[in-house]
Amino acid sequence: MSETSAGGAPRPRTIDVVNASLKRRYARERRFRLLGLTALVLGLLFVVLLFGDILSKGYTALQQTYIRLPVTFEAAVIDPEGTRERETLMRANYAGLIRNALRRAFPEVTDRRQVRALAGMISVGAPTHLRDMVLADPDLVGTTVEVSLLADDDIDMLVKGHIDRTRPESERRVDDQTLGWVERLEEGGRVQKRLNTVFFTHGTSREPELAGIAGALMGSFYTLLLTLLFSFPIGVGAALYLEEFAPKNRWTDLIEVNINNLAAVPSIVFGLLGLAVFIGVFGVPRSTPLVAALVLTLMTLPTIIIASRAALKSVPPSIREAALGVGASPLQTQLHHVLPLAMPGMLTGTIIGMAQALGETAPLLMIGMIAFIVDIPSGFTSPATVLPVQIFLWADSPERAFVERTSAAILVLLGFLILMNLTAVMLRRKFERRW
Amino acid sequence: MHSSTLLIVLLGLIGLAYQFGRRRAVATAGGTRHINTLHSLPAYYGLYAALWAGIPALLLLGLWSGVQDEILIAIVKSELPPAMIEGLSPGRVGLLVNDIKNLASGTIVSGAVTPEIQAAADRYVQLKQIAGWAMWLAVMAVALGGMTFAWSRTRPQMRARNRVESIFMVILVVFSSIAILTTLGIVLSVLFESLRFFQAVSPLEFFLGTLWSPQTALRADQVGASGAFGAVPLFTGTLMVSAIAMLVAVPIGLMSAIYLSEYAPRRVRALAKPALEVLAGIPTVVYGFFAALTVAPFVRDLGMSLGLDVASESALAAGLVMGIMIIPFVSSLSEDVINAVPQAMRDGSYALGATQSETIRRVIIPAALPGIVGGILLAVSRAIGETMIVVMAAGLAANLTANPLDSVTTVTVQIVTLLTGDQEFDSPKTMAAFALGLTLFAVTLTLNVIALQIVRKYREQYE
Repeated sequence: MSETSAGGAPRPRTIDVVNASLKRRYARERRFRLLGLTALVLGLLFVVLLFGDILSKGYTALQQTYIRLPVTFEAAVIDPEGTRERETLMRANYAGLIRNALRRAFPEVTDRRQVRALAGMISVGAPTHLRDMVLADPDLVGTTVEVSLLADDDIDMLVKGHIDRTRPESERRVDDQTLGWVERLEEGGRVQKRLNTVFFTHGTSREPELAGIAGALMGSFYTLLLTLLFSFPIGVGAALYLEEFAPKNRWTDLIEVNINNLAAVPSIVFGLLGLAVFIGVFGVPRSTPLVAALVLTLMTLPTIIIASRAALKSVPPSIREAALGVGASPLQTQLHHVLPLAMPGMLTGTIIGMAQALGETAPLLMIGMIAFIVDIPSGFTSPATVLPVQIFLWADSPERAFVERTSAAILVLLGFLILMNLTAVMLRRKFERRW
Repeated sequence: MHSSTLLIVLLGLIGLAYQFGRRRAVATAGGTRHINTLHSLPAYYGLYAALWAGIPALLLLGLWSGVQDEILIAIVKSELPPAMIEGLSPGRVGLLVNDIKNLASGTIVSGAVTPEIQAAADRYVQLKQIAGWAMWLAVMAVALGGMTFAWSRTRPQMRARNRVESIFMVILVVFSSIAILTTLGIVLSVLFESLRFFQAVSPLEFFLGTLWSPQTALRADQVGASGAFGAVPLFTGTLMVSAIAMLVAVPIGLMSAIYLSEYAPRRVRALAKPALEVLAGIPTVVYGFFAALTVAPFVRDLGMSLGLDVASESALAAGLVMGIMIIPFVSSLSEDVINAVPQAMRDGSYALGATQSETIRRVIIPAALPGIVGGILLAVSRAIGETMIVVMAAGLAANLTANPLDSVTTVTVQIVTLLTGDQEFDSPKTMAAFALGLTLFAVTLTLNVIALQIVRKYREQYE
């Protein structure tokens, strides 16, 4: 028996040592597993937090506050001579009409400064709205119509509850007097929230209630369209050459290393390239979809090339051999047989590349897309901004009302990205072929 | 005439050339019945004609629109009364030219409109019109010339397919060389400006100086604009933000990768993996907004309630959000390498009685370590080059500090600030941005090359 052998204390059996340590080891196992789960849950929590935060901030931008007032289109103010000429109607003092309407609603306000404060509740864009109404229908002059007037952004924030009414006046952006007016309007049912159409039909503005994403959306559209036109043929062509035709030599090795590295170069460096080469050397006009598309093309090319090469690799060699066997030339083999089969994979990669391009901001700041452009761009060479840059600009604005608009713009951007990625997934599911 | 109209007309002409080329080929063969005497399919003759009509004309069009304006301006400038530009600095002449251009296009002019300038503007408009017509004529002539040439060459024996294919191959080679050209363009553009910057500011001061204050004096007597270009505070700021980001991303990313690949049931995996990867698809400007408006105030309030003094644009907030952004990057790269560890190694460890966590810690992680390190290096290079989050959530003041609650600035923030404000192109301020860009490019490139090397070497090991 080993236990009684000479030499002191009995040696413990291995099985006992193992059994004794099991409890501790299993506890450690559970702890480790829990740690992993915690990490995963944390990661997912961040996703939820991010989306929840932006959704909760942005959904209110879908509505906009309007103040409904009976506006008298006084002939004496608009068109004293009664000529109804377009020119006269264009130039008339519509802000005065609004002031008069407000004064009728609040007869006790007579002090000039107070009247100005009263008029401040209405957006500076409201007179333009009245003008457009009159221009569309000159018969309005002389009548009194209930008109919903766009409210100023501070009033909008107050009505939506983003400004706390219970706080002392000094810490509030809206003073007690205005608050009283707004509450009286609310009691009279004159404050209404309507679908925010301005947000989707207007360009940007310094006034939050007049700012919209239409200009940025069109800019993004033109930019993305050009990017697609440039990068898709180039990416597919490059992939085709590198995968199917290129001889194995130093040059092609160099190209390959290059593509992999370009995929990891910080995007802002591409902005420097755009500024120095496209704008500095070639004189491409600044702030235009054209120069943005050139920069984004260079950025998305690695993604498209890598995806396209993977798609080409997945086409079995038998297809090529069969085509070559019946007498097709190498290029015909590729263009007629291999490329169509690889196309779904290539398109998937292209869509993902386009999604990246749509969300890209940093390089575009370098090439002047940051300029304040109110007009909706009309072409590839008209000054424009894009959606992510618009988000950046609004996020920088101090007005409280821009927070919800920024969040809403982000929701629109994310919506497009989700749509594009879903398309890519569907494409992959539908056309994926196992050989 | 607008050049985009010309482009459309040209495209139409190319389509026409294709049809003509095709018909011509069939005609020279003696009708559709004798089509078998043609060397190539008729479509190739069409393509041949279309390429001849299109490529030279398109090249000319591109070249012309590129240089036209400069030539016109040179002509206008040479015709200005010499007294006007005599003794003016190149900058002032540029302003003058701008005025002329603005006047010509009908927008507002900065200076007073003298008759000379008005005359120059009129001349410019006139020249532009002439040039526009000349371009139309030239491009159309080249396109038609190409078409006629192809037409005259078309006969049944011509090897149209081989010619078309060789042109295609040339195009493909050009396309695949664009990657090289891009790298070359990046290197040259940042290098060129950086060299000029280093002539004005010594590299020693740039890389070792601790004072960063790029506001240069506009007037000689201005105070508070020293123009100091010591980039050390930027480097430390960048490192601090990246380090915080990695402290968030590496543990969470790595542990969730381990959990997903070793523990998670298949259904959890199928749901959680794409959900986590959503983080990778979110534009960085969104993270920046989240950092600036949600995380930074939260961090500040939390710090205040603990009695700490937290800057409203703390490095901590920017780093935290950047970490969140990088999580999916770390987790998907780590998962790849963990999955690449052969099952036999796991089985061997289990057979010796190791628990799952012991197997992971003692066998899988050591085996996957090089790959994981490679992935982390890639993530670091990403963090260093990340721009929007820090532009929106980190500060502008270059503090040399080790306190993560302080405001710091980074290399990318400074590049953006230097290049988006009011600027002259030749001031050391703008050139400093390119020097920073060069540094950034060099560092990230080195990290990438090392990381890719490690990952590739590791992959081969188990294949």
